[in-house]
Amino acid sequence: MEASAIQKAISDLPKDCRTPLTALLLRLGDDRLILGHRLSEWCGHAPILEEDIALANIALDHIGQSEALLRLAGLVEGNGRSEDDLAFLRDAKDFRCCRMVQLPKGDFAFTILRQFLFSTYSACVWEQMQKSPWLPFAGIAQKSLKEAMYHVRHSQEWTLRLGDGIEESHNRAQEALSSLWPYTAELFRESEGTAELQKAGIACSLSAVIASWRERVEALLKEATLTIPEDDTALFLSNIPTAQHTEHLGHLLAEMQVLPRAHPGAQW
Amino acid sequence: MTAASKENNCKTGETQWDLWEVFTQPKTGAPHEHAGSLHAPDREMALQNARDVYSRRGEAVSIWVVPAREISATLPDDSGPFFEPGNDKVYRHPQFYSVPRGIKL
Amino acid sequence: MTELTLEESSEKRELFEKQIQAGEKIEPKDWMPERFRKQLIRMISQHAHSEIVGMLPEGNWITRAPNFRRKKTLLAKVQDEAGHGLYLYCATETLGIDRSELVEQLLTGKAKYSSIFNYPTLSWADIGVIGWLVDGAAIVNQTSLAKTSYGPYSRAMVRICKEENFHKKQGYEIVTGLAKGTPEQRDMVQDSVNRWWWPSLMMFGPSDKDSPNSKELLAWGVKRRSNDELRQRFVNLTVPQAKAAGVTLPDPELRYNEETQDWEFGPINWEEFWQVVSGNGPCNRERMKARQDAHSSGAWVREAAEAYAEKQQRKRAAA
Repeated sequence: MEASAIQKAISDLPKDCRTPLTALLLRLGDDRLILGHRLSEWCGHAPILEEDIALANIALDHIGQSEALLRLAGLVEGNGRSEDDLAFLRDAKDFRCCRMVQLPKGDFAFTILRQFLFSTYSACVWEQMQKSPWLPFAGIAQKSLKEAMYHVRHSQEWTLRLGDGIEESHNRAQEALSSLWPYTAELFRESEGTAELQKAGIACSLSAVIASWRERVEALLKEATLTIPEDDTALFLSNIPTAQHTEHLGHLLAEMQVLPRAHPGAQW
Repeated sequence: MTAASKENNCKTGETQWDLWEVFTQPKTGAPHEHAGSLHAPDREMALQNARDVYSRRGEAVSIWVVPAREISATLPDDSGPFFEPGNDKVYRHPQFYSVPRGIKL
Repeated sequence: MTELTLEESSEKRELFEKQIQAGEKIEPKDWMPERFRKQLIRMISQHAHSEIVGMLPEGNWITRAPNFRRKKTLLAKVQDEAGHGLYLYCATETLGIDRSELVEQLLTGKAKYSSIFNYPTLSWADIGVIGWLVDGAAIVNQTSLAKTSYGPYSRAMVRICKEENFHKKQGYEIVTGLAKGTPEQRDMVQDSVNRWWWPSLMMFGPSDKDSPNSKELLAWGVKRRSNDELRQRFVNLTVPQAKAAGVTLPDPELRYNEETQDWEFGPINWEEFWQVVSGNGPCNRERMKARQDAHSSGAWVREAAEAYAEKQQRKRAAA
């Protein structure tokens, strides 16, 4: 979309939608920025060359989605912050990403299971959001959905191979699933102001996709001979306010933001 | 991979995935062309790897993958009997025929 | 392969030499002297290993790239290097050797890789300077290798050259930007040029008189230009680029020779080169360890995928 068309769409937004929409865009953008960053840590260290290339592709998709989402967030917010300002100069406490994406990359099973859980969620979210009549957002959703569908395919195939491969891969995949599961409920927590966005028809509620996510995840995990752990820490964790992050986020940002922070105002 | 080399690899704790040949179609209507090869444990992974390795810049609209060992090829020694008999059949080429001046066929 | 009689083999050799003379490409199933095959395996796999180890120094900065544009470009570039390593391993495999064997040669230190990657990346400017100088040097070498006499190597090189076009450009863009930046950025980029200039010249390998393999490889058309010719070509291309960017190349003896139209440069520290090649460079051990760790901690993943494929095959057979 052209810049002028985006500006027009923003000025046409209902007044009470700007803040919640900014919050939603930041959240979606932050999730993908941090996950893309984690994935990029594999580059040069993957189990096999072909997978170095695959993981880097998926990382690039996430970083690209994040760039588009944060750019739009900055425009909707209207304070003149660019996508780079938002990614590289914002403090950890202002990040809105879920905890799952912040966790260290772990072993290959952890990375794959996280990709599977997150990408399936992502595909469910984009399927709904692409119907948004607010075009700047729908455009990002349509492009992202295509990418997410491939991410689902890649992580599904690997989840099957690890779950139903050899004993070691099965145990590692099961352990990864068990440690990731408590973080899944948070994915579906409503953003502030969802009601306004729904009323204006701009975005759907994130909790609306939980049933479809659960169905897809359960079916594939079963085929992969993996078991969803039975406990309710997921619910408990998701009820802690989002502003609380894992300890890992601060370290990740310290690394990611080091140059812009050390050289204020410099161009790169 | 031969049984012997597989055994050999197992000794060093290494397995090797099969080699696949990749053919990509740059646009609809164009033929699939050999793009290169890669390693994969099965056909689904071979397709995914081919997409990431040989279509990073959107070079393909369709991909074929074939296990390298399933490809039959002529040998350089065959080149005489295989290909030379085709070389002197000029009547297979349109330039062999004359058409009255001014007629477009 | 069946044994050839002496007469057959001399006939085949004659045909081979004729093909080389005529500038025809040798293809995998063509007869070739055993030594030709061995030299090709050594040379192409060394090239492949260099791409793979070469991911590490730049990969070191992926998580610290300073904005979206740089983050995406750097990741895509390092990813390309994985791809190039892969193309080159495949080209080597056409000579009858498995990739697993080649990887083992790298991990056990039996095979060499370009010694440039044993230098550390200490600042963001190194990402620019590597793109400009290291990729620049590689492109000079690879453009020449695209005309190599071995078909699969040549095809891999053509593809690689096409893809590497952006690598040097993004590097030079970073360098010129930093050179016009804050005083700290200018210091950063000059310091980086000072550290990478000489190792970049060493990338072309030992001087022709000390390069034992060169003569044979040139005669077979595997190499198209000698190490010294390519090095000179690189210097001639780079000096004006350095001037335009506003950085100084750290060689007080650099001067233009009107007669030869070459930029003459000072003596290369070959002692340093041989030390780094033989394993004593600043990062040799770390680079090897990173590759060994990636390989060994990925073993169960590779086995799992293979076991799954076998299970599926059995299921299909039983159905």
